[in-house]
Amino acid sequence: MNLSPKSAKSAKNVSFAVVGSGGAGAITAGSILLEAAGKSGWHGLLNRSVGPQIRGGEAAALVRLSTRPAFCMSREFHILVAIDWKNADRFIGSMPVAPGGLVIADPAAGEPPAALREGDCTIVECPIGELAKSIKGGRPNMICVGLVAQLTGLPVDTVMQVVASKLLSKGADAIAASDACIEAGVAAAAGFGATFHLGAPEASDKTRWLITGNEAVGLGAMRGGVQFAAAYPITPATEVLEYLAPALAGIGGALVQAEDELASINMIIGASYGGRPSITATSGPGLSLMMESLGLAAAAEVPIVVIDVMRAGPSTGIATKSEQSDLNIAVHGFHGDAPHVVIAPLSVADCLFTAQWSVHIAETLQSPVIVLSDQSIGQAHVLIDRPADVTFLTRRKTYEPSAETYLRYAVTADGVSPMSIPGQAGGQYTADGLTHTERGTPSSTAKAQREQMDKRLHKIESFDFGDHWGACEGSGDTVILTWGSLTGAAREAIDELHEDGIDARLIALRQISPFPARALQEALQGARRVLVVEQSHSGQFYRYVRSQIDLPYDINRLNREGPTVIGPDEIASSIRDWKSQ
Amino acid sequence: MNAPTLKATDFTSDVTPVWCPGCGDFHVLMSITRALAQLGRPPEDIAVVSGIGCSSRIPAYTNCYGFHGVHGRSLALAAGLKVARPDLTVMAMSGDGDGFSIGGNHFLHACRRNVDMTYVVMDNRVYGMTKGQPSPTTEPDWDSALSPGGTGLSPFHPLVIALASGANFVAREFSGNIKACTRTIVEAVNHPGFSFVEILSPCVTFRPDEREWKGQVHPASVPETDDPARAARRIMTDDGMNTGILYRGKRKPYFASVKDSFGDIEPLERAFEV
Ligand SMILES: Cc1ncc(C[n+]2csc(CCOP(=O)(O)OP(=O)(O)O)c2C)c(N)n1
Ligand code: SF4
Ligand SMILES: [Mg+2]
Repeated sequence: MNLSPKSAKSAKNVSFAVVGSGGAGAITAGSILLEAAGKSGWHGLLNRSVGPQIRGGEAAALVRLSTRPAFCMSREFHILVAIDWKNADRFIGSMPVAPGGLVIADPAAGEPPAALREGDCTIVECPIGELAKSIKGGRPNMICVGLVAQLTGLPVDTVMQVVASKLLSKGADAIAASDACIEAGVAAAAGFGATFHLGAPEASDKTRWLITGNEAVGLGAMRGGVQFAAAYPITPATEVLEYLAPALAGIGGALVQAEDELASINMIIGASYGGRPSITATSGPGLSLMMESLGLAAAAEVPIVVIDVMRAGPSTGIATKSEQSDLNIAVHGFHGDAPHVVIAPLSVADCLFTAQWSVHIAETLQSPVIVLSDQSIGQAHVLIDRPADVTFLTRRKTYEPSAETYLRYAVTADGVSPMSIPGQAGGQYTADGLTHTERGTPSSTAKAQREQMDKRLHKIESFDFGDHWGACEGSGDTVILTWGSLTGAAREAIDELHEDGIDARLIALRQISPFPARALQEALQGARRVLVVEQSHSGQFYRYVRSQIDLPYDINRLNREGPTVIGPDEIASSIRDWKSQ
Repeated sequence: MNAPTLKATDFTSDVTPVWCPGCGDFHVLMSITRALAQLGRPPEDIAVVSGIGCSSRIPAYTNCYGFHGVHGRSLALAAGLKVARPDLTVMAMSGDGDGFSIGGNHFLHACRRNVDMTYVVMDNRVYGMTKGQPSPTTEPDWDSALSPGGTGLSPFHPLVIALASGANFVAREFSGNIKACTRTIVEAVNHPGFSFVEILSPCVTFRPDEREWKGQVHPASVPETDDPARAARRIMTDDGMNTGILYRGKRKPYFASVKDSFGDIEPLERAFEV
């Protein structure tokens, strides 16, 4: 067997999958290995593959380890370890084994699927179940941990440390059994005569975190000062809520599980009206239900943050898969003219910043802010360097008691009016979605409508979004223009092209609405070709950009609906093909 | 208490109501402001939250903190406010369309959740604001342009549904009986948990027949109970004109609330370190 990595390039990345039906512990095995890699200085990420049905539990942990920050899952796997093949047919087609890759199969589990038997990979047999049985309290998934640790060169003592910390509550016997399994796996893999060793990690003195985008959004919101949340569960946003529920309660805040999204959005409007920075999280179907009340928050000028973890639509679509197809509804879904803010995190790590920023913007502008995350970053478990502390001076402009009649919706220079908080004497007013005067009194005059519309537009348009509007990286006259989560794939594509001596530039938008026209036009200076990349069937982002600025360049588009996420390889080959034309 | 004596006028604003002359909602406003004066908390500590409808215009006519939201969602907004600001007295106000039709689901869950607040529904058995369509409490044969000859549907029993869903206080009053309304609202606010008061409030414009209510309502002939099944049976079999406090329960109010001081998020950050 000659299975060592084919080139130095693959040593920067090693990908593996641990396969097993629900309860077999495949995900646990993958998580342990990822965490051990993080402890050892490597980067990487883990996705759970659950197949189209939730029933039957998780089917596989897909893990990519890398010597430098990794943003997206690889398309192929170097190593595939199967505890059993029970659910394998459901997903095996979508995760090919790389040419020259290794499939480790337990003969007791039956034949590997045909797709693997016929592929350009080597299948080795390993009695995973039997090895586990020979150890008292042994579990097959821990054998897999040992196998993969040996093959990838992860330090076994670090792996054992991670296991020990995870099994602390289960006692010394459980830890000893796991250690014995890991050793058995290591010994078995040593006999394969193959390795897929990962290169040395890039040096970093930063603390390494293992976090999902959904958790990072929750934590970022709390960094921003959120004290209240209300929400209705929906895939793939539920983890934001499950993170926030205990986290908020732990510091003195509260999360209420609402009866539906109509309730959750109104609960956070109520809480924020009461002076508490508030948030909800949902996905497309829930965002659709919230639209009317988002308009209320815009008109009544109540700061709120709505996190939309986008999934494949329309309608119920594919709940567990990613798309960037809620851009239209987030930007244009309001009835009437309702200026508001839409922003999008550029990576899992950036979920932290973007969520914190969203609270800052909402509170400062007294406006609804929609954050467009998506399944591909929301549910990915990623090793990141601890994101830097960011301090915004987040403060709602509040009412100072005075002898004059309080005008809640006073027209001010920056369009933001002092907001009184219930309990403040003299600050009483009625917040209203009806067109109102500066005082807040309902009015159907042309003056009130114009004055308040101008004011609300002005406060959003005159706000200084600073240089947070987006990211510009790389060089050259070829630009990859994208937004939100696909930034990671574009980044990796640029690295890949660079290694081949091809220059390309990345421009990624974090600020979606109001549109950062001037900043983008400046960033585009010197561009000749622009490739617009997005995960949307109709090209919502492309159309939106076109509606805002001229694009006097050679334009190409790489856009597609879910469920298959656009990867660095596709972006890079689009650029290569184009350049060679 | 800040002010030794508060008057109803301390709770009224200078905004002129849009209501038709003779509308029952004028009386409800009087009862609310009198009740608030009796309760003795200053107007800035009271929040009045509503949806959309003639009845839902009420917040701006008070001198309290008000929120005139979207159609049907007053209960959700009020619950969020109360959980976030447990120190406030929170009142939600609706009409029969706002509360039982478009907002019906929130009604069930507000009763069930039992957040400590008071819900007053001005029931005129019609959609007044949209000019006379049948609501969930309208009689099946009430003729209108939208439902010629009537809906043919039997009316909804809000009080029984409130009981079945777990409301902690249930009462019915007639808007014209300002004294009784005032007394019941005071009791409702003082009772812990979710208190529901249905006020029969005539729409003189689209339901002129409701002017007759004055002569039809009568105080309940039996005292209030703490047994929801018993209360429900009585309400199901009464003539719909029975007024007074009908049920006073003992359920614990919703537990969660936002505190005044906040802990450090540092431990939350450390949890992600590998
Ligand atoms: C989403 C939405 N649908 C419909 C309406 C129109 N609308 C306004 S008030 C109302 C009915 C109000 O009836 P009710 O709550 O009984 O109040 P009343 O006017 O009788 O006091 C309707 C249907 C609306 N404002 N919003
Ligand atoms: S239409 Fe009916 S409910 Fe509305 S204000 Fe007039 S009388 Fe009152
Ligand atoms: Mg009505």
